[in-house]
Amino acid sequence: MTEALWALGRGTGVAALVLFTAAVVLGVVTRSGRPLAGLPRFSVTLVHRNVSLFATAFLLVHVVALLFDPFAQLTLLDIVVPFFGDFRPFWQGLGTLALDLTIAIALTGMLRRHVGRRVFRAVHWGTYLLWPVALAHAIGNGTNGTDAWFLALAGLCTVAVVASVAWRLSTRFVQLGTRRRPRATPRDLGSVPPTGWTPTQRTPWADTPTTPPAVARPVPSRPVERLPR
Amino acid sequence: MSALDLGRGTPSSPRPVGAAGSGRSGPVRGAAASMHVDWTLCDGRGLCTELLPELLERDEWGHPVAVGQPPASRSDVTVPPELVDAARDAVALCPRAALRLRPLPLP
Amino acid sequence: MTTLAPPPVPSSTGGTRHPAPNGVRRLFAAADPSLAAHLAAFGPLTLDHAGPDLIAELQGAGLDGRGGAHFATWRKLAAARAEQQGRGGPAARGRHRAVVVGNGAEGEPLSRKDATLLDRAPHLVLDGLLLAAATVGASRAVLYTTPRLLPVVEAALRERGDASDVTLVEAPDTFLSGEASSVVAAVEGRPAVPSDRIARLTTSGVGGRPTLVQNVETLAQLALVARFGVAWFRSVGAPAEPGTRLVTVSGGDGRSPMATAATPGGAGRVLEVTGTMSLRRIVEAAGVDPTRLRAVLVGGFHGAWLPVGALDLPFTREALHPWGASPGAGVVWALTADGCGLAAAAEITTYLAGQSARQCGPCLNGLPRLADVLGRLARGDRATWLPGEVTRLAGLVTGRGSCHHPDGTARLVFSTLQAFADDVRHHLEGRCLAGGPGPSVPSATPTRPGEGR
Repeated sequence: MTEALWALGRGTGVAALVLFTAAVVLGVVTRSGRPLAGLPRFSVTLVHRNVSLFATAFLLVHVVALLFDPFAQLTLLDIVVPFFGDFRPFWQGLGTLALDLTIAIALTGMLRRHVGRRVFRAVHWGTYLLWPVALAHAIGNGTNGTDAWFLALAGLCTVAVVASVAWRLSTRFVQLGTRRRPRATPRDLGSVPPTGWTPTQRTPWADTPTTPPAVARPVPSRPVERLPR
Repeated sequence: MSALDLGRGTPSSPRPVGAAGSGRSGPVRGAAASMHVDWTLCDGRGLCTELLPELLERDEWGHPVAVGQPPASRSDVTVPPELVDAARDAVALCPRAALRLRPLPLP
Repeated sequence: MTTLAPPPVPSSTGGTRHPAPNGVRRLFAAADPSLAAHLAAFGPLTLDHAGPDLIAELQGAGLDGRGGAHFATWRKLAAARAEQQGRGGPAARGRHRAVVVGNGAEGEPLSRKDATLLDRAPHLVLDGLLLAAATVGASRAVLYTTPRLLPVVEAALRERGDASDVTLVEAPDTFLSGEASSVVAAVEGRPAVPSDRIARLTTSGVGGRPTLVQNVETLAQLALVARFGVAWFRSVGAPAEPGTRLVTVSGGDGRSPMATAATPGGAGRVLEVTGTMSLRRIVEAAGVDPTRLRAVLVGGFHGAWLPVGALDLPFTREALHPWGASPGAGVVWALTADGCGLAAAAEITTYLAGQSARQCGPCLNGLPRLADVLGRLARGDRATWLPGEVTRLAGLVTGRGSCHHPDGTARLVFSTLQAFADDVRHHLEGRCLAGGPGPSVPSATPTRPGEGR
């Protein structure tokens, strides 16, 4: 029985890592606003979400199996508080950290409309921390962590994530992005030249720029609360 | 839309919360609804136009344009009853949470 | 929360009222901006009848908003009052008490009626603000205006004994600063840009409180109605357009709209007019010769063009409606016969594109593109697809934004294409109607749609 739990723990751990890799890649594709291999954008979003949920499920099985496996010597404390375990506390702690991050990300993801945009985004950026922590935990704490086959698999996963991140950082990443910055533009009437029109002019109008000229950096407005007297 | 079935109605995944209004109660089942677009959030990602092709097209910058509706309905798009479920999905899946579904305003 | 204190001046006992201003000179009847002159001209303020009585009077008077939207003032006050009552009235907790804001931002560059009113009759505006606050049951009154006018209002507040609950908020110098949700944002301490609104401001505005935003001229007119009654208010003007309104008339001197707007000290002249007056008479009274004009822009940068032939129309909503115009905030700009309407509109559209709050995709992307294409048409680019593209873009942005900036810009553009349809034809042939026929204009290299995107 304990061997079965041990095998289950290790197997689901590897599977979880692969699924998290897929989740990160799909997350990047989702953010790009592009369809993927014939899947429309809303499908990409759903596949990303479902793969993430699968990864979370495998992670939970991984944790529960190892919790009940006497060989792993995990306590409940170990699985929620990082770096307290007896066996290789640092690498074990990374796993706990990864679990904590996953729970936070999953909950804010499922309750996105309730926690609000800002909280959701801030926590979701944690996925870029989650993945390398999970990878380090797998290599450092995994039974097969340093085996050739696993390192090859980890290498493939790393290539996938690095490539996705590089794409994420590239300039034309978002398909139809609009850069915007809300601002109260100061009225700078003199900065917009008249379109070269004067009453008597006939021949070529003065060339004018086709985009509005850059406006001076605005001063943000604050209410000036001045009570009389 | 089989991809959508994976997430619906099962205990582990939430039902898309698509409705908003004063009491968080959405439109009555079977009734038409109004989908409000928050343009300050919309980034032209286009998921809504995929889910509601009968109602929405994309302009050259990616943002949704209500098909064949008067200007007053372009920010509060009238959704016919048969499309309300799809509209709920659009509201839930919009990556910017720029959509809300509300009961039709009283005439 | 404190309620607004009644003034120390004893309230009128309802016997003989102070004599009302005669004729059309109402808002500027006081000799100077001081409190003494104000009291001499209009008599003391009484808040006794503030409440449902005043709302009924405003309904009878037919006063509508002077900020541009023509919304019936009594309806706004009634809605805010009802919302306040629904939340417990004067006994409600602070965050459920209404807020009244006097909007003196005047973001329209060609308008300076609000600035003039605050300069010359601040007490009338403050009276109106306090009356509105008392009527609605507000616990907070705010005056929102530009940095130049804040000291003027502050000085007026110091003269009074009753204005301790009026706070001043600074409006930035932008086109959109006077938009209702921008006003709310500024009062809340956020950047003064529009926000997405689902509920009416009278239901939920500043901090979720019932909020009444009124143009300062509306408040001044309100103060007059409260003092002198419905019959007096309706004694001038047309039945459908009673009372007076302020207009700013500028242009007619051959300069471009932006050059007019950049005039130091403000553009044009501010006049107090009634609905029975024709545009011709208004323009003449401002010192502009109507015979030298080609067209008149009514409604400011979001307005519509009226050709010279329509100048004899009265300055009413009904008469101007077929032209897509309305009296609005009373902004009138005159285009001379030797001026090009397309160039004027292109210049305005470029300005409006630059004044976008840059929050909403259709406005942020569409307006610069619209300005670009219209500018090409105005400058003599003879590509035949230009007018169609202008129309398409204007239609594309209409109704798709959190405020009406794209709509107003599109309205100006549509009106331009209609009023100057002949000019469009001439420009595409390489000529311009401005000042009469002349040698043809060498065209720019014809461009195809898609270039420069």
